[in-house]
Amino acid sequence: MKIAVASGKGGTGKTTIAVNLALAIEGDVQLLDCDVEGPNAHLFLRPCIESVRPVGISTPRIDADRCLGCGKCSDACHFNALLRIRKKIKIIQNLCHGCEACQLVCPTGALALEPRRIGSISEGMAGPIPIAFGELDIGQSLSVPVIRELKALVRGHAHTVIDCPPGTSCPVVEAVQGCDRCLMVTEPTPFGLHDLKILAKVLGRMGVPMGAIVNRDNGTYEPLEEFCRSSGIPVLMRIPFDRRIAELYSRGEVLVDTYPGFRERMVGLFNQVRA
Amino acid sequence: MKRPVRQVAVLSGKGGTGKTTVTASLACYAGRPIVADCDVDASNLSLLLQGTPRSRHPFIGGLKADIDPARCTSCGKCEDHCRFRAIRSMKVDHMACEGCGVCQLVCPEGAAVLHETVSGEIFVRDTSHGTVVDAEMMPGEPNSGKLAARVRTLAMEEAKIQDSPLVLIDGPPGTGCPAISSVIGVDLALIVTEPTRSGGHDLGRVIDLASHFNTPCAVIINKHDLNPDLTIEIIHECQRRGVQIMGLLPFDEQAGEAIISGLPLPESAPDSPAEMAVRAVWEKVLAFLEGIPDGPSITVR
Repeated sequence: MKIAVASGKGGTGKTTIAVNLALAIEGDVQLLDCDVEGPNAHLFLRPCIESVRPVGISTPRIDADRCLGCGKCSDACHFNALLRIRKKIKIIQNLCHGCEACQLVCPTGALALEPRRIGSISEGMAGPIPIAFGELDIGQSLSVPVIRELKALVRGHAHTVIDCPPGTSCPVVEAVQGCDRCLMVTEPTPFGLHDLKILAKVLGRMGVPMGAIVNRDNGTYEPLEEFCRSSGIPVLMRIPFDRRIAELYSRGEVLVDTYPGFRERMVGLFNQVRA
Repeated sequence: MKRPVRQVAVLSGKGGTGKTTVTASLACYAGRPIVADCDVDASNLSLLLQGTPRSRHPFIGGLKADIDPARCTSCGKCEDHCRFRAIRSMKVDHMACEGCGVCQLVCPEGAAVLHETVSGEIFVRDTSHGTVVDAEMMPGEPNSGKLAARVRTLAMEEAKIQDSPLVLIDGPPGTGCPAISSVIGVDLALIVTEPTRSGGHDLGRVIDLASHFNTPCAVIINKHDLNPDLTIEIIHECQRRGVQIMGLLPFDEQAGEAIISGLPLPESAPDSPAEMAVRAVWEKVLAFLEGIPDGPSITVR
């Protein structure tokens, strides 16, 4: 079972749910932190890191001796990463998406592709749990290739928990792609609801079955309840607003070990999701 | 002499630390600035500042491919060459397609065609706290960085039309494309963090991001009393890096209720501990902006 934990709005408790769920599942489970612009799961699980490897995308390099300056490559590039200035081609690496169109159209084979580092992937063990997280290098804009590389690690485990990035655009789609279920962590505020609605639309388009987890639920926020009811989204869990939880989180502690009854609740959540 | 438009971007790295609450409050103190909501994945600012759109602009994010089944011979070349794995069984997954056009280049039958797609909409709203430019992205679309950049451009145009001295940017979480679009070229990146392991970790990444683009930055620690030890650790780390702390905001339940009321903090909870602390931040932001050579004079309400 591959379970994605996503949220739309940031800071609703994705990492808390992902980490504690992975710890509560009995048996063979791995955790992938796909929030590559701010990976945090390892701060709670404190794994022993066994390997760190770079992630690159292929970007063009020009062999000046072969280049005719014809500009076919810059015409083919839809991302403006190749500019033709006075019959010379200039490459703006940061705009390159690695599609390789330039190489396909070059009549003289003047373009060679070489990997350019955009991030890294760390793998390690947190007790019995294999954990991997991606990290986008500072100044790099493309998080999707890092997430894609990380997702390649999904295999050979009975269960995978995926901590997704916030938002509702392409990095989230990449992280959720191929998952059997998605847990949407939200909070009972207009912000939480607004972003939940967008996320539910994305998941609906992707055809991924979804359920909601309402965090900091200190009463009933009727518009949220109404949205879940009318959209047929089951509310799988409610976590009360409790300053103790916030303090435990702030110290990087996991709730299944410290907050009474939490492990049982996460096991219950998993059984519900699996059913 | 024409005074320059100053730009302040509110960022955080980690989501949910209070960016939008801070931005909406600063908009109230600034007295009708132009506000750009660059968190285009989850644009929440207008939930606080309200205002119906005065104008709407479609956002053409880029191109998408389609394969004409009448011409396709299922040779599989497009599938082999697509680096985004967007083509499966001769069908294009629009959510994965980045519109690079490689399929069109390699298709021997001319079956792959590209077309422009509207991937979002930009709104300009007049509110009682200034003009807000925000956007709604079609769910799951790429190009959120491009859309954030477009929102900023429209906000700058509004600032020039209205002769407004200040553009406030509500940024996205993270450090990827929309965050880069929000931080490049602003006068100040105001980073809102919280004293949690995650908050501290992601704060470090955003300070790195601002430095990478030579953008001056300062830090606000929200809910500082949640973990005083970690707050001190963050202050020390900022001092070590030469980053100014512009304020400590207390954990204040009235601030949470402010979001539910749908009003910015200065209106829903005036003189509450959090509101007074944000007001003090504004004074420091103002002092910072006035300290920039050839700075504009901004009058505080």
